[in-house]
Amino acid sequence: MTKTWNNKAWFMVLPVLLLVAFNAVIPLMTVVNYSVQETFGNNLFFFEGVRWYEEVLASSRFHAALGRQFLFTFIILAIEIPLGVAVALAMPRSGPWVSVCLVFMALPLLVPWNVVGAMWNIFALPDIGLLGRSINALGIDYNFTQQPLSAWFTVVLMDVWHWTSLVVLLAYAGLRSIPDAYYQAAKIDGASRLAVFRYIQLPKMSRVLTIAVLLRFIDSFMIYTEPFVLTGGGPGNATTFLSIDLVKAALGEFNLGIAAAMSIIYFLMTLLVCWVFYTAMTNYYDGER
Amino acid sequence: MARIKLKDIRHAYTANPASDADYALKRVDHVFEDGGAYALLGPSGCGKTTLLNIISGLLRPSEGAILFDSQDVTDLATEERNIAQVFQFPVVYDTMTVYDNLAFPLRNRGVPEDEVARRVREVIAMLGLEGQARRRARGLTSDEKQKISLGRGLVRADVNAILFDEPLTVIDPHLKWQLRTQLKELHHRFGHTMVYVTHDQTEALTFADTVVVMYEGEVVQFGTPEELFERPSHTFVGYFIGSPGMNLLPARVEGRTAHLGSQTIELPGAPGALGAKRLELGIRPEFVRLGREGMPVSIRKVEDIGRKKIVHVELEGENIAAVIDEDLEVPAEPRVSFDPAHLSLYADSWRVEMEARP
Repeated sequence: MTKTWNNKAWFMVLPVLLLVAFNAVIPLMTVVNYSVQETFGNNLFFFEGVRWYEEVLASSRFHAALGRQFLFTFIILAIEIPLGVAVALAMPRSGPWVSVCLVFMALPLLVPWNVVGAMWNIFALPDIGLLGRSINALGIDYNFTQQPLSAWFTVVLMDVWHWTSLVVLLAYAGLRSIPDAYYQAAKIDGASRLAVFRYIQLPKMSRVLTIAVLLRFIDSFMIYTEPFVLTGGGPGNATTFLSIDLVKAALGEFNLGIAAAMSIIYFLMTLLVCWVFYTAMTNYYDGER
Repeated sequence: MARIKLKDIRHAYTANPASDADYALKRVDHVFEDGGAYALLGPSGCGKTTLLNIISGLLRPSEGAILFDSQDVTDLATEERNIAQVFQFPVVYDTMTVYDNLAFPLRNRGVPEDEVARRVREVIAMLGLEGQARRRARGLTSDEKQKISLGRGLVRADVNAILFDEPLTVIDPHLKWQLRTQLKELHHRFGHTMVYVTHDQTEALTFADTVVVMYEGEVVQFGTPEELFERPSHTFVGYFIGSPGMNLLPARVEGRTAHLGSQTIELPGAPGALGAKRLELGIRPEFVRLGREGMPVSIRKVEDIGRKKIVHVELEGENIAAVIDEDLEVPAEPRVSFDPAHLSLYADSWRVEMEARP
């Protein structure tokens, strides 16, 4: 009696479909298109199948960039997450200083990526930069434009300066949501400061910390502008992360096929990690209900 | 276990209290005897929880001292006072099992593990949580979580006192009775000093031997349930305890006679000098007699509450409630009289004793 199937409903989702098509699907498909063809300029293309993928996956250059990428992401997560939690714990729980702290914390987040890179470039220069000169004055030979270790140190320090605040703000929000009664009960139960952290603060922060790890993972895994401005991927290839390598291949060497295959692999890796995180998170919190 | 003495305790949440109004607790000077069951009763915001937190050390009073037996504990931290406290909303350690939650206060104090096991099992059995002992606390219902909070308060055998801050608010009514009865039993068995904060008079009167009624940061009466009913020392107690509360009638007093508009009432005795205070006569609805004798009134409303009837009448423009037996007829021209033995006189809200002169 009632019509349960109405094809007009499809028109309702059409705007979203169009939007997604233009900003995600079509660009992605052009990349897929490039990744399976060889180009000789003048818009001459030949189908090559999965050759570029095989080449990328077998190339030691890609392996090295990927290795550097994972190492970088691991280092900054290992520093920023504990540091962010520590700073959040040290921040006042109430009073006029809360807003002051929050504003100071938020400042680095408001600086554009390329400005951060340029700032740190000048800041760390061994001859004129405050940081570079100070380190050298301590008797440590430091020159981030020539020594790989110094370059890594500077890139990591820059990222920690730029993004630890994000972890702090998330962790602080998590801490603030803990009712006073929990701390009072812990006092009554005779819990040590460590036990309060282990059994109250950390479990209550776990949700926001997962999000912090996820965000910092994605951002650092795709980092481009800051190291590009700071070191340009050098010295040598020491700080050439995946995205920098990708741009070199695509625009520097104009290897469109290789670059497109790299892009797709890169994209799938990010997607995979996000999916793993998402599944782990939803499973974990479903257990709570 | 200990006798808790509060010596001239005052507390203000602001830094520099200027007037009485700035104090959340105006002045409390009382003794909670060792092994007593006390209820702190009063409306929200009257200072009950403040007083409780001062006893447990979560708050340091602005003025005054707290003594456990003869030891001054005012400056001792909560952990050092050996107090158990249960809060209004459940606090559980999410990542621990039910068993570990209950064991937590004992393990923190270095109790040997076999003793821990014995105590925890006892508490688990008492709260009926046998099936859940190995479950994580995270997934439990709020009833069960509150049981765990209660359990953590009860698991230590040697505490100076156990404080309850409206612990049964989130529990459903049937379980409420059951848990309250269990708390009473525990009190009889172990004789801990227990202080129970509530705004529910039934809860207070059934749990406690001594009820402490608080109103606007002051203890207005410290007495047995019977005393609260028979001789409320403040109009607030009269109004708050009993259902319906005490009738309060503005009056003028001359010698042994009270004037209520054009009516006069003989008092059981003559009060002392009253000065220019605001006077009120207090009489519980249970002691208002409705019949053919006394002062003429008009009936406003009759409520049947089962075995009793509440009759609301008007006397000289004032509303009076009377509780009468259900089978008693309300006469056509009703009159009321007050049982003189249960008349109270209040000057500026505080009870004035009336001496019976020969």
